[in-house]
Amino acid sequence: MAYEGLQTETAKFRGHNGDMSEGYFARPARSGKVGGIVVIHGAGGWDEWVCEVARKFAHHGFAAISPNFYVRFGEGSPDDVAARARPTGGASDAEVMGDVLGAAAFLRAQANVNGKIGVIGFCSGGRATYMAACTIPNLQAAVDCWGGSVVVNDPATLTPKRPVAPIDLSANITAPMLGLFGNDDMNPSRADVDKIEATLKRLGKSYEFHRYDGAGHNFLNYNGPGYRLQQAQDGWKRVMAFYGKHLSDPSGTR
Amino acid sequence: MCSYIVMKAALRDSSAKGSKGWMSVDTANVYYDHPFHAPLDHALGIDFINEAAGGRERVAVELSAESARELIKQIEAALANGEREHAIAVAANNTPVANCEYLT
Repeated sequence: MAYEGLQTETAKFRGHNGDMSEGYFARPARSGKVGGIVVIHGAGGWDEWVCEVARKFAHHGFAAISPNFYVRFGEGSPDDVAARARPTGGASDAEVMGDVLGAAAFLRAQANVNGKIGVIGFCSGGRATYMAACTIPNLQAAVDCWGGSVVVNDPATLTPKRPVAPIDLSANITAPMLGLFGNDDMNPSRADVDKIEATLKRLGKSYEFHRYDGAGHNFLNYNGPGYRLQQAQDGWKRVMAFYGKHLSDPSGTR
Repeated sequence: MCSYIVMKAALRDSSAKGSKGWMSVDTANVYYDHPFHAPLDHALGIDFINEAAGGRERVAVELSAESARELIKQIEAALANGEREHAIAVAANNTPVANCEYLT
């Protein structure tokens, strides 16, 4: 087996409104241009698992950065920072989109990144991923993992920080989208996923949805009770294949 | 449900003990969302904080829905018992001493 190495660090970049932001940056140590991936955490915050996801992508031959979208809520353990963010409504859509844009620019500025950028997010980060696909130009791939509230069934739940339903912006999507969903999930429910899929189909968008029986929310994350081994194995295989297809140069990733 | 919906209970004359010892608390943030530690998809979370002091420190619990409802019942029961006993004690204190034979 060839020598394998990763480089990881906390990196600084300019995000929304020019604010200094930070992210966990992981990339393969070998030579060659690779695709870049922005990993979007959920409401639980910038925790150990999203950093592990960045390392997983690096292991599979991508440069990945997991931004801390709660950077504006100060320092502390991820759960304490998330607890601070929660009563305020968390990071706003504008902040998250600005930070994703900044993270994508950071990746593109790396000498070993081929310029192709994907996004992936989990839970409310999946919602942010969908929104990024709708609002951030020049993304090459988007992976929505059980993003909740992409469909807004009760307009009263819209807030100043999240003023629009992402599904209403679907016409603007240019990047191909992969969606992973558990059929036992409540948000998004099966009906929500049906609605998203119907919308993408009607608009002629490039998408690939995988909907798993025996799984609910968060089934890739082995730190929680929602983890499902077989569904997770298949899900990760789909994710890596999707990014391999859309982000890699022919001689780049494995 | 990743909803960011938080119910805020205002607290007066209240304290909580965390890793740094006792602190005054003025707010309980109550929510039902994905927990960090409880082995559940969703849990009832309560963060006791001192919002007036910035709210950076917290005393937190994550409870199953069943446990949270049991806790509500026992809080109500404890308050009822305590207030009843307190009322009896107050009544006893207000009883004229002359009627207490063991003091004569």
